[in-house]
Amino acid sequence: MNDTNDPMAEIRASFFIECEELLEALQDGLQQMDDGSDDPETINIVFRAVHSIKGGAGAFGLEDLVRFAHRYETVLDEVRSGKLTADAEAMKVFFQAADHLSDLVRMCRDGQDIDPNGGDNLIAALNAFLGDTEEEEVTAEDFQPLGVMTLDLPDLDAPATPPEYEILFKPGQELFTTGNEPQTLLRNLAALGTAQVRCDRGDLPDLSSLAPETPYFSWNITLQAEVMEDEIREVFEFVDGLCELTITRLDDDTESPSALPDLPAVAEEPEPEPTPAAASVELAPEPAPPKPVAKPESSSDAAPPAKAAGPKSVVRVDLERIERLVNLVGELVINQAMLAQSLDQAGLSPHSDAMNGLEEFQRLTRDIQDSVMMIRAQPVKSLFQRMSRIVREASAAVKKDVRLITEGEATEVDKTVIERLADPLTHMIRNAVDHGLESTADRKEAGKETTGHVRLSAAHRSGRVIIEVSDDGGGINRDKVLGIAKSKGLVPQDASLTDGEIDNLLFLPGFSTASQVSDLSGRGVGMDVVKTSIQQLGGRIAITSERGKGTTFSISLPLTLAVLDGMVVNVAGETLVLPLNVVEETLSLGPEDVQMLRPGHNVVRVRGGFVPLYDLGIMLGYRGARDTLAGAIVLLISLEDGTRAALVIDGIQDQRQVVIKGLDDSFYRAPGIAAATILGDGQIALILDPADIIAAAGPMRHAELARPERKAVNE
Amino acid sequence: MNDQPKTQGFELLTFRVADQEYSLDIMSVREIRGWTRTTPMPHAPEFMRGVINLRGTVLPVMDLARRLNLPTRETSDRNVIIVVKINGTLTGLLVDAVSDIVAMTEDDLQPPPELSSDPHMSVVRALTVIDDRMIRVLDLSAVVPATADEAA
Amino acid sequence: MSLTVLAVDDSRTMRDMIRMCLVPAGFDVHLAEDGVDGIEVLDGLDPDAIITDINMPRMDGFGFIDAVRSQEEHRATPILVLTTESAPELKQRARNAGATGWIVKPFDPQKLVKALTMVTG
Repeated sequence: MNDTNDPMAEIRASFFIECEELLEALQDGLQQMDDGSDDPETINIVFRAVHSIKGGAGAFGLEDLVRFAHRYETVLDEVRSGKLTADAEAMKVFFQAADHLSDLVRMCRDGQDIDPNGGDNLIAALNAFLGDTEEEEVTAEDFQPLGVMTLDLPDLDAPATPPEYEILFKPGQELFTTGNEPQTLLRNLAALGTAQVRCDRGDLPDLSSLAPETPYFSWNITLQAEVMEDEIREVFEFVDGLCELTITRLDDDTESPSALPDLPAVAEEPEPEPTPAAASVELAPEPAPPKPVAKPESSSDAAPPAKAAGPKSVVRVDLERIERLVNLVGELVINQAMLAQSLDQAGLSPHSDAMNGLEEFQRLTRDIQDSVMMIRAQPVKSLFQRMSRIVREASAAVKKDVRLITEGEATEVDKTVIERLADPLTHMIRNAVDHGLESTADRKEAGKETTGHVRLSAAHRSGRVIIEVSDDGGGINRDKVLGIAKSKGLVPQDASLTDGEIDNLLFLPGFSTASQVSDLSGRGVGMDVVKTSIQQLGGRIAITSERGKGTTFSISLPLTLAVLDGMVVNVAGETLVLPLNVVEETLSLGPEDVQMLRPGHNVVRVRGGFVPLYDLGIMLGYRGARDTLAGAIVLLISLEDGTRAALVIDGIQDQRQVVIKGLDDSFYRAPGIAAATILGDGQIALILDPADIIAAAGPMRHAELARPERKAVNE
Repeated sequence: MNDQPKTQGFELLTFRVADQEYSLDIMSVREIRGWTRTTPMPHAPEFMRGVINLRGTVLPVMDLARRLNLPTRETSDRNVIIVVKINGTLTGLLVDAVSDIVAMTEDDLQPPPELSSDPHMSVVRALTVIDDRMIRVLDLSAVVPATADEAA
Repeated sequence: MSLTVLAVDDSRTMRDMIRMCLVPAGFDVHLAEDGVDGIEVLDGLDPDAIITDINMPRMDGFGFIDAVRSQEEHRATPILVLTTESAPELKQRARNAGATGWIVKPFDPQKLVKALTMVTG
């Protein structure tokens, strides 16, 4: 009990992580098979992945998983042994089975209820490959969950004297070649109770004709033990068939002496004669086909230390430790900035040793930061694999023939980014299949290949990750999009928009171009949600489309979430940071730029349009209204939902990367504040959440007016 | 493993807030540090003084005088922040000065007067007397609100 | 005296399980992730028993047993095969390859320790 962690729970958790890797290998292998690979190792990998999942699942008593994996594995084994050919039809079922397997794994992991008939169709499809072989529903009972074992409780009515058995044991030749050892067996037998062992050396030939490794002895054992005959047989389980064995119960109901007096009692001492192995030492190696069994001690003297790991060396590290390292490096960056600031204030010559050293220090710090960020990076492969499943399901649902092409699977992105990219990407892929690609009939008519293509790619470009989803469908029907936007009142009836502006209408909340709402994309979830998710990751999304050729969505993401590209500003003497990706431009207000809608509600004129104007100082409760807004500096921001706003600030300091520090909001969560960062002077600056600020704008103002005492309270 | 077989002995950290003496179980105190400027949080409750940089983490600081509805004074370099750990999170408590560490047993404590009209007494767990001075023992979990809802 | 065991399995879960079962029971456990790795780890090791999986990449369990048995000093080392099936053919195949015994997965610590004591005494 010295360990508070439950090792089983840990192994269970590690099993599910391993499952993810195995499922990935399974997907990979199936894909290679589907692409026409005939490397026999490919099917082996596929088989082993399913087999290992089954093995682990058995250990944790996950019966549904075991049952399905077993059936799947059986069919794969047929392919492996060449009895079954993995044609297109089979591959389709294999992919579906892999998907189902992955569902089962996740359901088991999350402790969800599993519909016992959920995989019936697939099991039937898998069974169909097995031909007429009788349904053998064996697996479940073969796999008893770990830790459940029947205890042999002592029989309370047992007689006072334990039963007595006579055991005749004569090893066969093979017993030795399998590494079994009569002495060990006898010792185990003796451990059951009191044993009298008599060795029969009658078969031992004279030395000259003695063949090594041939068992010449047989044993007669009298065992007095509180055991059933089965338990005695268990001792000999491994040599069953490799020896002659008879077990007779002596004391049926008559009382018999506890030991047979006429037998020379050898007791627990094994036969004194050398074992065949030892005997052979003195033997001329006449027939001597196999060498002696004895373990030569000499062979180990020059032995090198055992090698620890396999060929690829990968260290598994707790994510928490990495977070800690990331935090420490964040500290280092801040400290470095602080040091730079104080050296700067000390007025040292730029050519002094100290300043040169600082420069080198800065370079090293940046390198360390980059390297540490890369620890959290993972290839997008697992994400892309999930998308291939989405394509399979989506194309089946809308009855289109679709092929997914992936590129740049090895591109590495921050783990958190990958996790949070899954939902928007899923949506985009579904959209591409559902709306982007034409129906098969339309494609034929347009003279295109009937199979539609969806391309998913990832690449690093100038410090960011670019992920693109493109289709070779009909492209955006701009007349239709504009028509819908007008009919929904999203743009004025007389608006004339550029192609790019029309395309971007797709990102407006509640926009849906499908004339029939398919059950796939559903209602009400549009590209606006995708855009929001991407922006929350500090990313941007762009769209390009060509009529008849297809549409491409391009997502640009930062490499990590631990660092933010920020605009550092001053408001009422406080330093604040805004995410740079929402800032469109900075303006300086002229006297005529601001117009009042009603008291407290101003708008600013930006290139013919009006944008609501908010004073950050008031909104954050840091100060009262400025005497005049003329000359004030304004940040024009564009929010995730497409709305824009102008924020009045008191000054701009800088644009730079800041290390994001989480705020402990356990007893107070400030509205409009996303996180914090530590500045070069050690002070904390708050990082704003512009969407939250604007969302709270109306009520916030009323609250501000209703609580004028705040100003008196501060200072 | 080592369940405390001790008697009810414990130590209190005593400190001054608005000329009154308070104390906390020293087991909940993580460190004591000098006053630094806090970064104010927008629209925070009055007693929420702001946040400071505690070796790279963001530490919320509570003005204990305001929390206890005591008269407040200008903060200066002489003020100190007592860093306490409660419910697994760190919080700073702004006080005037720390005084002493005293050893106590449960027997030295008296329950606070029933139905005190003083609202801040609800956060006082017990009273004790040291050198003829009355010292209030704070109930930390009552001082630091557990959830955002309570603070709002 | 603690017994030294070499366990070869490509599944990390299984390796973890084996280690978890055996270390508290006082075994000195060495692990390898496939047959090739197993042979490498075996080099310089004198285990009292070897546990091996059958389905493994690079070199499977049968190949591994074969390779172990062909080494002079491990000719008689007890080898237990981990198997999910208790089918007689599989046992026979393992035995033909030179395995001493088998452990049917899933196993619990008692089962594993028992199987080991059955072959090491």
